[in-house]
Order: sequence, then structure tokens, then C-alpha cells
Amino acid sequence: MSDKAAKITKNEVLYVSRLARLDLTDTETERMTDNINDILSYMEKLGEVDTTNVPPMTHAIPKENVMRPDAVVPFTDTSEILANAPESKNTLFKVPKVIE
Amino acid sequence: MDICSSTIHELATAYRNGDTDPVAATETFLERIERINPSLNAYIRITADTALARAKEAKKRLVNNDATTLTGIPLGIKDLMCTRGITTTCGSKILEHFVPPYNATVIERLAGQGAVMLGKTNMDEFAMGSSTESSYFGPTRNPHNTDYIPGGSSGGSAAAVAADLCCAALGSDTGGSIRQPASYTGIVGLKPTYGLVSRYGLVAFASSLDQIGPMTKDVRDAAILFSAIAGHDKRDSTSLEVDIPDYTEFLDRGVQGLRVGVPKEYFGEGLDEEVEGRVMEMVKTLEGGGAKIIDVSIPRTEHALAAYYIIAPSEASSNLARYDGVRYGFRDTRPKDSLIDMFRRSRSGGFGPEVKRRIMLGTYALSAGYYDAYYKKALQVRRLLSDDLEAAFAKVDVIACPAAPTPAYKIGEKLEDPLSMYLGDVYTVTANLAGIPGMSVPAGLNSQGLPIGVQLLAKPLGEEHIFRSAYYLEQNRPHHTPKPSL
Repeated sequence: MSDKAAKITKNEVLYVSRLARLDLTDTETERMTDNINDILSYMEKLGEVDTTNVPPMTHAIPKENVMRPDAVVPFTDTSEILANAPESKNTLFKVPKVIE
Repeated sequence: MDICSSTIHELATAYRNGDTDPVAATETFLERIERINPSLNAYIRITADTALARAKEAKKRLVNNDATTLTGIPLGIKDLMCTRGITTTCGSKILEHFVPPYNATVIERLAGQGAVMLGKTNMDEFAMGSSTESSYFGPTRNPHNTDYIPGGSSGGSAAAVAADLCCAALGSDTGGSIRQPASYTGIVGLKPTYGLVSRYGLVAFASSLDQIGPMTKDVRDAAILFSAIAGHDKRDSTSLEVDIPDYTEFLDRGVQGLRVGVPKEYFGEGLDEEVEGRVMEMVKTLEGGGAKIIDVSIPRTEHALAAYYIIAPSEASSNLARYDGVRYGFRDTRPKDSLIDMFRRSRSGGFGPEVKRRIMLGTYALSAGYYDAYYKKALQVRRLLSDDLEAAFAKVDVIACPAAPTPAYKIGEKLEDPLSMYLGDVYTVTANLAGIPGMSVPAGLNSQGLPIGVQLLAKPLGEEHIFRSAYYLEQNRPHHTPKPSL
């Protein structure tokens, strides 16, 4: 993270967009490449910090093993949940064909 | 009495004395919203019928002596808290028609006290932004000058409170989204200790940083609203199991002997002179009340922003993976599309530019080969920053600093340059990374008539110290923030 050259190329942006399941137009790809390069250059600041043997901190307030009883709870609001589905049939979400 | 400019405690007193009632007050607010909201776009949706029905119930509770301070109080709710049967959009096209089948815990708690929701307030799409310009439903305008942004992402809630379009509001704060708009609009905004307010039913942005909090006209209201929404919730596994005091009891304890830290890293390059001046006046005011002012250092402040803009988008890219057009939200599908085509089309058509940018950043930071250099590194810096704060709070009870480096800027000014907008969050992200509470309190106006806020930070669960100092400042500050003329 120390070179001053571009951090991310247009091809990498296209690759990441596939991972993120986003289709970018040519204009979006250009702008995204510029924006992300700006932002990543700023992120180089992190390289200045010595983090040898520093444990990563994933949560602000540590809490562990939050469990609830393994109990059966009736599920009643199927129709309300399906009401938000773009397409549904009976009690199922409908999607484009998955298996040929 | 002027109903719309009342605070929660003033309106509650008026109800008790019979000067007005919840139905009359709600009608008055709805009329004002109808008149003023078109020029501000503070509300995305006005829920007049539900509000009036709730107001009638509240009126009955008052008659039956079954009321709390919040009974019949008209509130605005940021549009990322799920409201059963009422569209909740998160400022996004992808959720434009989403009607939650359940209430967020905060909504349930407020309803239990008989509070009245007037409507859902505007916000940056998925709470990503510092200006409320990224909303699919158009930007919100600053009531103090409508050419300016109100701050973000809770800009709709902030503008609604500042413009008297509600008595108080709820916002959410992932990197400063309550405190920064509060500062820009001249109101009080509190981001509580992480885990004190349940996130159940809050549309997730960055789960380890998000926290709901009150946005109010004065400090007492912040204490009232916060006391009502805080507390353990078994449906949120990050919810803290601690007793919630009545925070209003801390207000008039004064600041005698309170140790107030002034961090040198918050007063350097990039800080607007007038902001610095107002903030230092507030520090002097605390000193005048018997507080002891102590210089402190938070060396990793400089790196907090970079860590934040790795961690927040990383969590966002994961949280927003659920928007695939299958179970809810916008779907764009063409004949012969595969499932993956449908995911891609729906996401690309449903998300706006800022959300896409952050999903991309997060996906990149978490991808193989970059994980160690970016995400892991950011989490390590987060730990060091948290250690810095712990060391500082060993010496002081409260840290006083600016909420934002400048006052509000003009609409459109930073749209093409996301990094410059991100830099405005430099003083707020620290609290989210470390989970500590922070509040913005009005400190007066700059020479152009734009509000400035002073930020008060405390250690985890140190809200008591924030409320003591904030209330003292409110009672004794040299400069008041006048209401916007609308």
C-alpha cells in the first residue's frame, strides 16, 4: 500500500462489480475507478500505523455466546411476508428458472 | 402557546394542564408539515391517518391518568426503522414499496408509551452519506438556509426538528449521522453507547457501528426520549444487559469538578476558524461552571477516518447482499434471465451511486488478496484507536470537540467528490469505531447564519457525564441558536 500509482484498474473494478453482483455502465465504471482510486489513496494512511501483534477489533463492545433457548415458535405472518415479494406463488417466492 | 415550537416536556405539561390535547397538537403539526415540508423535503411520507388515530388513543390515556411524558407527543421517525404496515424505504428505490410486517423495537417502545408518529423522515440512501443528497426521494434542505444541506444521513429528522415539523425525532448514527446533521441544523443529537438501543428492525448498514438515537430541541428532551428507547432486547444479540436510569435525573447536577478533555488532534488543519471559536467558547463555559479543563491526546484520530471507510463499506457490502429482488424490494428481470442476471439487474437498477460505490469498496476490501491490507488492518487500527480513547478517559470524564470541521455546505457542492464529503466525518467516526456515546449540542451560528455544534464524548455507558455537561452548556452558553425563519 505504498506505491503512488493507481490502486485499482478499470478491469479490477469490473471484476469486483461481478463479485458484488452489480452491472456498471461504461460511464459508471470510469467514475467508479476514479472515485475508488481517490479513496484508496487516502486509505494508504493506514500503512503508516504499526499494527504488529495488534488483535483486530470486530466489535465495539465485546459480547460472546449470546444464545436463546432452542424453542419452536409458531410462524404466522406468511401472507404479510409474501406481500412484499415481487413474485410469489402459493407460499413460495417465484424466481427465474434455476435448473435447465 | 405555540404548539409546534414546543419541546416534549413543554407539550407534556400543556397536556397535563389541559392547555391543549394530543389530537389538537397533532392536527397543528400536520397543518404545518403540509405548508412547510414541500420546501424542505424533510419527510418522505406523512402518516396523517395513523397519527390522528394514535392521538385519539393518547387523549384517552391522558384522561384516564395512564400517560407518560411521551404520551401524545408527535415525533418524526427516520425511514430506516421498520414500521408495521407503513412503507419503510431507507431512502432507496430498492425498498420503495417495502411494507414491513413488523415494528422495530424502538417503534414498539414508543408506541407503548403512546407517542404519535407523524411520518417517516428523509435520509441518505441506506444511511450512506453526510448530506441527505443521496436519497432516491430527493435531497432535504437546511431550514436555516435552503440552499444548504442539512447534514446526513439523518438530515430529514434533523430538518424536521429544527423546522418545528415534529416535537422530536429518531435518527441513526453509523459514522456521525445523528451528531453531524444535529450540528448543521442547530439541534441536540445523541449517539448512545453501542448496544444501549436495540437495532432490531433497523435496516442494517454497518452492524458493528449503527446505533439509533434521539434528535431533539433541547437536552432534557434528549434524556426523555433516550430513556424511553434504551434497554435490553433479546431480539438483538448485541444489546447490552444493563439497567437504564432515568437520564433526566443527571441534568441539573452541574459540572463542578467534572474533568473535560480537549484533544489537540481535533483542533488542527482543516478546522474552520469560526467553528473552533464557538467550540472553545463552550469549553470556557464549562470551565466557568467549575469543570477542570485538561489537554488530552488521541494520536490515532488521524487514521480513524481511513479505518472507518474500510470497515463501514465492508459491513455494508455484506449486509446489502440480501437485496437480490427475490423476497422483497425492486426486481428487474427480462425474459431468458437467469437467477444471477435477475440479481444483477435488480441491484443495479435499485441502488443509487453512493450505495454502489460503498458496496464496491467493501467488496474490494474483503476480497482475496486485499483482506489483510485493508480490512484486517482497519480492524487493528480500530483497536489502537479504542486504546487511545480508553487512555484519554482514564484522565477525563468528557471530551469536548467540534462535531464537524465546517458548518453546512451548499447542496451539490461535494456531489462529484465523495472523498471530500467523507473527510467531513473526521470528528464523528471515532465514537462509532469505539462504541462510545457522543452528543452534538448547539453552540450558536457562524457569520453566515449557519449553526455550529459542539460535540461531547464520554466512555462507554458514560452518558451521565454527557447529559450533565450538555445541560449546563444549554443553560449557560454565550450564543444561542435562533429558530430558522420559515
